[in-house]
Amino acid sequence: MSNALSSSSRPGQGEGDLDLIKRLAYDSDRAAFQCLFLRFGPRVKALMIKSGADADVAEDLVQDVMITVWRKAELYEPARGSVAAWIFTIARNRRIDRLRRQSPRAYEDIDDLDLESPDAGGEETVQARQRKTLVFEAMAELPPDQQRVIEMSFIDDMPQGDIAQKLGVPLGTVKSRMRLAYGKLRERLEDVT
Amino acid sequence: MKIAHHPDRATLMSYAAGSLDDAFVTVVATHLASCAECRSRLRETEEIGGNLLEAIDTVPLDAAAFERAMSKLNEPVKQTLGEPEHRKPSLYRPLARLAGGGLDDVAWKTVAPGVAMHRLPTSKAARGSLRLLKIAPGKKIPEHGHGGTEITLVLTGSYRDAFGRFGPGDVADLDENIEHQPMVDSSEPCICLVATEAPTRFKSFFGRLFQPLVGI
Repeated sequence: MSNALSSSSRPGQGEGDLDLIKRLAYDSDRAAFQCLFLRFGPRVKALMIKSGADADVAEDLVQDVMITVWRKAELYEPARGSVAAWIFTIARNRRIDRLRRQSPRAYEDIDDLDLESPDAGGEETVQARQRKTLVFEAMAELPPDQQRVIEMSFIDDMPQGDIAQKLGVPLGTVKSRMRLAYGKLRERLEDVT
Repeated sequence: MKIAHHPDRATLMSYAAGSLDDAFVTVVATHLASCAECRSRLRETEEIGGNLLEAIDTVPLDAAAFERAMSKLNEPVKQTLGEPEHRKPSLYRPLARLAGGGLDDVAWKTVAPGVAMHRLPTSKAARGSLRLLKIAPGKKIPEHGHGGTEITLVLTGSYRDAFGRFGPGDVADLDENIEHQPMVDSSEPCICLVATEAPTRFKSFFGRLFQPLVGI
């Protein structure tokens, strides 16, 4: 597996994404939607294929995810997270529904809860914008074994037990790698906030 | 009461990734509904997903993908919000949906003196099982280890074990190797939401007799 995080993929389009989502939310701007579609569609498709979908199902899921982006654009809350993270959560919920054959309702309940009590101040939005970059930097610095566990979890959609089996390590090792990775992420975020 | 015990950060990460088992998702989501701190932590962890999505090697879409999406946008939006909201304030939504409203309406089944249980539905693909457990004041559950992971969320009352005191909103997120002997220390019954990955193995002889009854 290639190391997705240490390559040249620096996050640079965050501001552009925010602008596109705003144009979508306020003006139903089709050109903005097309930009988002062309940017995230091929990524969502890749995610679904890595999660075990065949090309046709992945293509269907791209449709579902991007249409949800269009319809929910006005509910997008910058203080909650980056556009990329938001689209990831939409894709994740569709993946749970279609590929894991489980209900994403509990996830949606929690999303709704945040919508009912938005705690967004202007300052917090600036911090939220920084957050994605800080998380990126923290992830890029992780040892390869921790990066691998995270990618298997987020991208390959593998439960902790399956990761342990595939890597030939005890479940506790998978958990501790995740905890260590999380700790690094927190450290980085706390340095700034 | 302030929440003192939160889910393991590895559990929260699997939740953010979407790779956590259904039964465990319900317990974590019910905790999240009452814990703003963990909700903030969750949003940070989801940035991992955002970054990985950006960094992924893309797969080209079908040539007509965008036009296909545009044609669907012209279709009328299906209203999916028809579900009646019959939640009681004491019960958070992810759980209320499964428990049919409130804890008063639960069809408890007594499985041992002072211990009642109610099994909750999970998705068919779920590997873990989900239960409500109601334990009488002063009651001790025999010391037990876990054949697999177990996560418990206290809904009412409280209990104490070697890890401390667990009250409403608190989560005990236990590894397979941990053994504990919880005792209910509240004057009201302690009601917990418990997800288990594999049958719990009770350690003592009495416990082994007791296990088929409780089934946790």
